[in-house]
Amino acid sequence: MSADTQRTHAIRTGSSPVTRRALLKAGAGAAAAGAASLALAPLSRIAWAAGSDEPIRIGFQVHRTGIGATYGRWYERTANAAATYLNENGGIAGRPVELVPEDDGTDPKRGAEVVEKFATAHGVDFVYGPLFSHVVIGSAPRAGELKMPYFVVSEGYHVASGSLNRYVFQPGITDVRAQVQAMAPWVAGNLGRRVTMMFPDYAFGYDHRDYFSAAVEAQGGSIAAKIAIPPTESSFTKYFPQVPADTEVLYHVMVGPGVLTFVKEMGEHYGSNRPQIFGFIDSLEGVDIASPGLSFLEGTYLWEALPRYADGLDSDANRHYRERVGINDEGASVDDPKDVSTNSHMFGCWETLFVIKRAVEESGYRSRNPDDVAALIEALEGFDSFDEGIPHPQGYKEFNGALHQCYGRQFISEVREGRLAVVHTTSIEDGKYEAEADYTTQSL
Amino acid sequence: MKGGPGARVLALHLGLIAALFAAQFVLGAYHHTNLARIMVLATYAVGYNLLLGYTGLMSLGHAMFFAAGMYGAGLSIYYLGFGAIPGFALGVACALGLALAFGAFALRTSGVSFLIVTMMFGQAFYLTILYFNQVTFGDQGFILSDRLPAALVDPDVKYNAALLVFAACFLASAFLVRSPFGRILVAIRENEARARLLGYDTYTCKLVVLTLSGGMSGAAGAAYALLFSYVGASFAAILNSIYPLLWTLLGGAGTTLGPVLGTGLMFYLVDFTSGWTSAYLFVVGGALLVLVLFFPLGVMGTVRAKLAPWIP
Amino acid sequence: MSFGPHLLLALLEGAVTACVLAVTALGLSLVFGVMRIVNVAHGEFYMLGAVVAWFCASLTGGSALGGFLLALVCAPLVVAGLAIATDWLVLRRVNYHPESTIVATIGLLYLLQQAVLSGYGPDARPVEAPIYFRVAFPWFGYSGYKLVVIGASVMLLLGTWAVLARTRAGLCMRATQQDPEMALAHGVPVRLVYTAVFAAGAMLAAVAGVLIVPIQQAHYLMGLDPLLLSFIVVIIGGLGSLRGTVVAAFVIGMSDGVISMFFSPTLAKILATLLVALVLVVRPSGLFGERP
Repeated sequence: MSADTQRTHAIRTGSSPVTRRALLKAGAGAAAAGAASLALAPLSRIAWAAGSDEPIRIGFQVHRTGIGATYGRWYERTANAAATYLNENGGIAGRPVELVPEDDGTDPKRGAEVVEKFATAHGVDFVYGPLFSHVVIGSAPRAGELKMPYFVVSEGYHVASGSLNRYVFQPGITDVRAQVQAMAPWVAGNLGRRVTMMFPDYAFGYDHRDYFSAAVEAQGGSIAAKIAIPPTESSFTKYFPQVPADTEVLYHVMVGPGVLTFVKEMGEHYGSNRPQIFGFIDSLEGVDIASPGLSFLEGTYLWEALPRYADGLDSDANRHYRERVGINDEGASVDDPKDVSTNSHMFGCWETLFVIKRAVEESGYRSRNPDDVAALIEALEGFDSFDEGIPHPQGYKEFNGALHQCYGRQFISEVREGRLAVVHTTSIEDGKYEAEADYTTQSL
Repeated sequence: MKGGPGARVLALHLGLIAALFAAQFVLGAYHHTNLARIMVLATYAVGYNLLLGYTGLMSLGHAMFFAAGMYGAGLSIYYLGFGAIPGFALGVACALGLALAFGAFALRTSGVSFLIVTMMFGQAFYLTILYFNQVTFGDQGFILSDRLPAALVDPDVKYNAALLVFAACFLASAFLVRSPFGRILVAIRENEARARLLGYDTYTCKLVVLTLSGGMSGAAGAAYALLFSYVGASFAAILNSIYPLLWTLLGGAGTTLGPVLGTGLMFYLVDFTSGWTSAYLFVVGGALLVLVLFFPLGVMGTVRAKLAPWIP
Repeated sequence: MSFGPHLLLALLEGAVTACVLAVTALGLSLVFGVMRIVNVAHGEFYMLGAVVAWFCASLTGGSALGGFLLALVCAPLVVAGLAIATDWLVLRRVNYHPESTIVATIGLLYLLQQAVLSGYGPDARPVEAPIYFRVAFPWFGYSGYKLVVIGASVMLLLGTWAVLARTRAGLCMRATQQDPEMALAHGVPVRLVYTAVFAAGAMLAAVAGVLIVPIQQAHYLMGLDPLLLSFIVVIIGGLGSLRGTVVAAFVIGMSDGVISMFFSPTLAKILATLLVALVLVVRPSGLFGERP
């Protein structure tokens, strides 16, 4: 842990001189873009508002150990960068932000315990940060029972499906159902209409299986086969024979440590005579696209939520975000070019913190008493969009208050010469679906 | 159980339960929720200790019984609309049934083979939960909140429900180990061949105690599902089989109080160390090594050896 | 793909699994056979082998073959050093008591996992295969390196057999296995044999880790699967029977290849476990185990 903390610290201090200039530029752009960003206009040194030195304390539930540790490390850096930025620019409602990190071991049992600890021992105002869906689902009931606002950055469909509770929000990252649905028109239109899907054999994979297949069929395409792969699998050769010969597009999403093996074995199986290949970057998060084992991906396509390479989204806000988090133009840590970020997910930590800021400021939240919490939640549910700018570098988002879920654009990139090059940007419309839940009907 | 030691033993056990009951009125919110959780987990350790501490059988697959209780309760509530109490009862029944069936052939082996077999079947049970993920929701698990009585949200109800389950299993185990049957178990632990020679049907005795142990573990699992309203496959994973071993050894295997103490100590050790390191596996691994090397009797075992030989 | 080629691929995959499993399980079985203890951290030695291979590969930079050969030397040495330290500091002190050893090696398992997580990180890292060629069958392509793994494993198995059967060290081990007290009386340094066997078992696991890493990537949680499969194998084969271990490894490996190809890998593992139950009902001491 200490090494990570030090590194994060180095990133923060190292980037500060450049930041101010970028900030001025970005601040101007953001001010033009929308009122939400106005509060963040660059004020060089803020005196905390009188009498409100008491910080807003936010429990940061982080996967430092266990299967989610690669993501957790970057989530923590991003959250720290966002908190530092906020503190340099007036904090939240004039109060400093203090992140209180606790490791949940990527384990639902510990996750629930950590939420309890935040609520009753640390006495934080909110809890934020988890990614893995089983941790979210294991922790959410306790957050609801303790009436603790719980902001997740997990991209799972579990929030918008209505299976959680009124205290759980996902305002920083689009859910997987909208993501996969938004991919279908481009895949069917450019790669082929006969699709074989390979997906991990658990809930995250089923969201892909169910919603992508429906979406591609709505585009006039069809699914040739659905191949579920157990999450612990480490060898994939045996699955490729199950791919029907008439497959035009091989769709893969493989969250697991075995992805390099997967790609290598795919290459061994097909050689030069392969179908079109489209995948989700989830399993390649934290992995260098130029790794020797990934050469077979050359010329294939990947979903990205936020382009890893800086030229994929050339905006002031994105440059500012990358600088503050400390990632270079290739999407790796500025301190260690081998340390590749999880850029298609971790921006959610950045954006969520700014949503919290806006909700606190608009609701007049002071402390975690029932009235203030209710006001905060109603304020959140009243949001309908977030403008692109420093708080939202990934782009403009719509927010559905009844579903507690935000929706943004997505990117499709081609692997070219060991890099990712954006070839298509979806619209929010592409991912729209019929709402199945309404949290606002639940009592507070 | 009248007379000197009997009365003291009774007083000790009832005193612990009374202390736990009283604790809810003085503890702050944080320790209040922690203690509720510790009591549920301690129930698991108490069940485990029956097997390890009193019969000398070490299991590395007890998570399957915990999970059987958890899923028996969880699935019946989720799909069949069972209430909390019938769900709990079904969970315990599932664990009892699984333990009986598993014991029937696993107990054909002994010593190290038994250990390996428990570990493998624990893992097979875990994989089975993943395999039937359309029903069990696999890794991700599912939530029971909106299907449970609203009263269960109340921390006091949680606490006292946990206390009730714990007290029942704790007293049952204390009674059992002091009964003639408990003496046979200890005889098996000390020398199974001799116990057999004396005419005891050791296979049946072991089967009975394994079933009871599994049932208590299942009660803990079912209670966990009800009180913390989450059911997930990670509770069937190997680490969850190692925990009761660790708790029991820490507190003192073969003492009735040991597992409870061990569970509480370990919980707070992990919780405390999380403040300055996330390397909690060092804590778990280090604790196991230290116990084996320097502290083989555990806390209560040492107390019994040095201070109070009368405690059971 | 039609049935024939599909089956061929399944058998090839099964053979790779079986060979690596045989090497790993042999280490476990050897330790049990001679010392009567079960090493639950055996899978972590395998994992360490893979991790050391990654370090070797990154040390040698460009040359995959150089890194691989370096790893074949370094990984067993590093892991053997660790095993010797474990033997001296832990196992001797608990006097090789079976249950204490198990608890201690569980502790070691978590210490090693955490050490690798802290020192090497949570990522799965690839290691390039030392020799790369694609064997093109008419129906599918196959990694040539996997065939190399099969060959190397068979040689390792034969080598282990030769050491046990033909050398003085092997004789000492077999003597200790049959009766430690009698061996001691005949001047066999039993303690030294124990240390050597524990190290040798760990080395076999480490070499298996080195062999597998170009196929699988090095990851700190990769040790559990081989451990459980090794357990299945040694139980079916009969605890302590090396011949049984190798036979069972091939039965389990091949059936795993075929079942997971045609049905599901999860199902294959569940079925393997049920097979254990069946074997135990019929022959509680395993297929080749001595009757107690």
